[in-house]
Amino acid sequence: MTETLVPFDEAIERYDPVMGLEIHIELNTATKMFCGCPTEFGAEPNTQTCPVCLALPGALPVVNAKAVESAIRMGLALNCEIAEWCRFARKNYFYPDMPKNFQTSQYDEPIAFDGYVDVEVDGETYRIEIERAHMEEDTGKALHVGGSTGRIHGADYSLVDYNRAGIPLIEIVTRTIEVPADKAPAVARAYVSHVRDLIGGLGVSDVRMDQGSLRADVNLSLKPKGSDTLGTRSETKNVNSFRSVERAVRYEVSRHAGILDEGGKVLQETRHFQEDSGTTSSGREKSDADDYRYFPEPDLAPVSPSREWVEELRKTLPEPPAVRRARLQADWGFSDLDMRDTIGAGALDLIVATVEAGTTPQAAKKWWLGEMARRANETGTDLDTLGITPTQVAEIQALIDSGRINDKLARSVFDGVIAGEGTPEEVIAGRSLEVVSDDGALGAAVDRAIEGDPDAAQKIRDGNLGVAGALIGAVMKEMRGQADAGRVRELILEKLT
Amino acid sequence: MSDLTKSTADELSQKLAAGDTSSVEVTQAHIDRIAAVDGAIHAFLHVDAEGALATAADVDARRAKGEKLHALAGVPIAVKDIVATIGLPTTCGSKILDGWIPPYDATITQRIKAAGLPILGKTNMDEFAMGSSTEHSAYGPTFNPWDTTRSPGGSGGGSAAAVAAFEAPLAIGTDTGGSIRQPGALTGTVGVKPTYGGVSRYGLVALASSLDQAGPVTRSVLDAALLHELIGGHDPCDSTSIDEAVPAVVAAARKADVKGLKVGIITELGGDGFQPGVRARFDEAVALLTGAGAEVVEVSLPSLEHALAAYYLVMPSEASSNLARFDAMRYGVRVPPEGSDDPSAEQVMASSRDAGFGDEVKRRIILGTYALSSGYYDAYYGSAQKVRTLIASDFAAAFAKVDVLVSPTSPTTAFELGAKLDDPLSMYLQDVATIPANLVGIPGLSLPIGLADEDSLPVGLQFLAPQKADDRLYNAGAALERLLEEKWGGQLIAQAPELEVAR
Repeated sequence: MTETLVPFDEAIERYDPVMGLEIHIELNTATKMFCGCPTEFGAEPNTQTCPVCLALPGALPVVNAKAVESAIRMGLALNCEIAEWCRFARKNYFYPDMPKNFQTSQYDEPIAFDGYVDVEVDGETYRIEIERAHMEEDTGKALHVGGSTGRIHGADYSLVDYNRAGIPLIEIVTRTIEVPADKAPAVARAYVSHVRDLIGGLGVSDVRMDQGSLRADVNLSLKPKGSDTLGTRSETKNVNSFRSVERAVRYEVSRHAGILDEGGKVLQETRHFQEDSGTTSSGREKSDADDYRYFPEPDLAPVSPSREWVEELRKTLPEPPAVRRARLQADWGFSDLDMRDTIGAGALDLIVATVEAGTTPQAAKKWWLGEMARRANETGTDLDTLGITPTQVAEIQALIDSGRINDKLARSVFDGVIAGEGTPEEVIAGRSLEVVSDDGALGAAVDRAIEGDPDAAQKIRDGNLGVAGALIGAVMKEMRGQADAGRVRELILEKLT
Repeated sequence: MSDLTKSTADELSQKLAAGDTSSVEVTQAHIDRIAAVDGAIHAFLHVDAEGALATAADVDARRAKGEKLHALAGVPIAVKDIVATIGLPTTCGSKILDGWIPPYDATITQRIKAAGLPILGKTNMDEFAMGSSTEHSAYGPTFNPWDTTRSPGGSGGGSAAAVAAFEAPLAIGTDTGGSIRQPGALTGTVGVKPTYGGVSRYGLVALASSLDQAGPVTRSVLDAALLHELIGGHDPCDSTSIDEAVPAVVAAARKADVKGLKVGIITELGGDGFQPGVRARFDEAVALLTGAGAEVVEVSLPSLEHALAAYYLVMPSEASSNLARFDAMRYGVRVPPEGSDDPSAEQVMASSRDAGFGDEVKRRIILGTYALSSGYYDAYYGSAQKVRTLIASDFAAAFAKVDVLVSPTSPTTAFELGAKLDDPLSMYLQDVATIPANLVGIPGLSLPIGLADEDSLPVGLQFLAPQKADDRLYNAGAALERLLEEKWGGQLIAQAPELEVAR
């Protein structure tokens, strides 16, 4: 079926998008939600399982207190109320990778509810209301072997890995988000990114979208401008990068508009986002008849966190990102533009760490937003995976400050560190990069430079000191950049004036 | 029949401690008894003679070395086939688990093993504990030792019959709506459902999680107390387990004094539908209690009339969800669908469940699925939960006036096999007196109080106590037991007909 797509800008002239976002976050607790199995990523299939997470007959779950603590901290960071009493529920449905054929989740009694986060897009702040954040367990993972697509259709057989079954998850559900139509894709992206930062700051999850520890679902419907009637929504599942969240919103707006313009009906269904083409494709048709037969989980005692504990946990919350940014900007004396560039480049934490290691904010910013950003851009990687740490950048800056190397040599040191040649000191030794300031060696080079350019020497003798640069350049060239430029200048002037 | 099999667990414990016999001897006597009579009773689904004798030999060796052992060390036990046991099949009386051998032990099993009780084998039961006659076992019914044309009750008919037929002095049962107490009444044995959460459910294949409770099946109240104390107590693997010490049930059983005890007769349990012979023995037992100094009053719990209805919504609802895991993916039988070379996972699940589950199980799964479905939840499951609350407040009001409550355990004596099989609703009525305790989590004890005049079959009386007051049951039960045994000149079970012994 070919779909008519209305260009985004055209679509939003006639329709307003209405969004809802669901974010699943895998907690980084050492053990699973309801048993003591380890949660390490990437272990051999089915090596991290026990009677409980395999749901062997008779096995019973027990709530991981650490997961509850993480959920409460997360709820607090999202400005939610924390339930005084809540329960788990069973969500009943059959699926081969679900050990119990019900998922232990929370239904009408979530641990956290009624929160909000404020996100900023183009200098405007938008408040996203959080309906709830609830605890649940992940399912196992099915692997379909033999087909070309990795999907179940066409596969010879399927294998199930239950290592992931029972990993604690938090699902954060927003209330309906209605923002100016042209801002919707960016707001969706900013929200997911903001939540990632917020949760990352708590240390309760690795929040790696590429490893699936943070997964976003985008619910979207269109409302004809001026109308109050909500359209049918589609649910795009497991979008796995910030950019994709933005693209998924844009694509669904175009697709819905295409259907509505032709007088068609949008199907209520789940959709898959195609990373390469930026499009979505139909998944499972979802009707209101989906009946999960929720009921309170009788195998688990209710969770009733004491108010004292909640307040204790509130005290452990890190500074909210917006407050932290304002504080850092003031501390560092950055302009608004500097700060926006820093955040845009994802360099905030790197600069913080570099400053903590003893470098001035200006110098840290110079390296990360200049040299490092250029390298990351060239190699298509992120700053934090470039292969050089804030501590190493700080060490190199300290070497410059002490005069052992100069800015030019520093670039070679970066090359060496990134190439894995060792610590900055080791790279300097290995590549013989130290600045020469020994008068004997420099004096000889200066003599040769004067000899090689008698005209320039004469001009300096005549008092035209501006020409000294030519001789300094010649010395630097001979010394392959390793000469102490300041000392060279002094020697030239000593000899000729 | 060897005297060793006639002894109670307490007697065996004393003989073993005194060196009058060995655990190997005791265990072998019971294995011989099983070999001789179980063909006629079918109390066991799996017998583990080798394992039991190995444990017995080990206990004997440890005793010889002077090690300090548990009081019940060396006393053999039978375990209902719903309890997970490493290395021994656990089938729950169902084809769907045919041949399944758990790789882990239930907490109860661990405690039994740690205390050194030889496990004789696994006892028969209604499939997944659904039934009141043990006729719903996929492996055939168990026969009542008092009359092998009759049912021993259910679902724990195997455990009760094993104890009644002297095949085991002790057995483990589970009670979701009366499956320990009703078979106890029908076979003349003692059965106790402890307070919900008093005994760990970890490793008990769940029927209905909020109702299930494991407990002892024995021939004396003191034996039940000894076993209760062994298996009870907090278990961090069961989040509904009570985090407190087990009440002093053994001390209470030894005290056995009802002077000044306030006993309430439940008005609603004993009227219509209760067999005259059951009613007569019950009245006599109450008179004995009065004679011993108990203060007896009649107490009404009006909400009890809704208990059966509430139970038959809650139990199937939870069961439908608990049984969802039997999907032929990782354990149990897998039956490929007929006429399909390339079936989907869903088709394999459906055909395996169709072949693996019996009619009663399917009936309850459908009932439960319906009761939980959206649009019906509030009317059924939700209302049933409200009824539970009402019944709980009725009990609270009653226990404000009396220490324990009494009723007949079962409305009838043992019925003919097959008699109720085609009438599920009449079968469900068997548990009318026992179900309320499960709905509200209170403990109950059934003990034999004589034989009905019309059929000379055992009658049981049930004591109920408030949550966590299990010790009151043992005190009152042991007192009544003493009065009755004085009257009979021994245990009622001694009056059971001799079983034909296979050669």
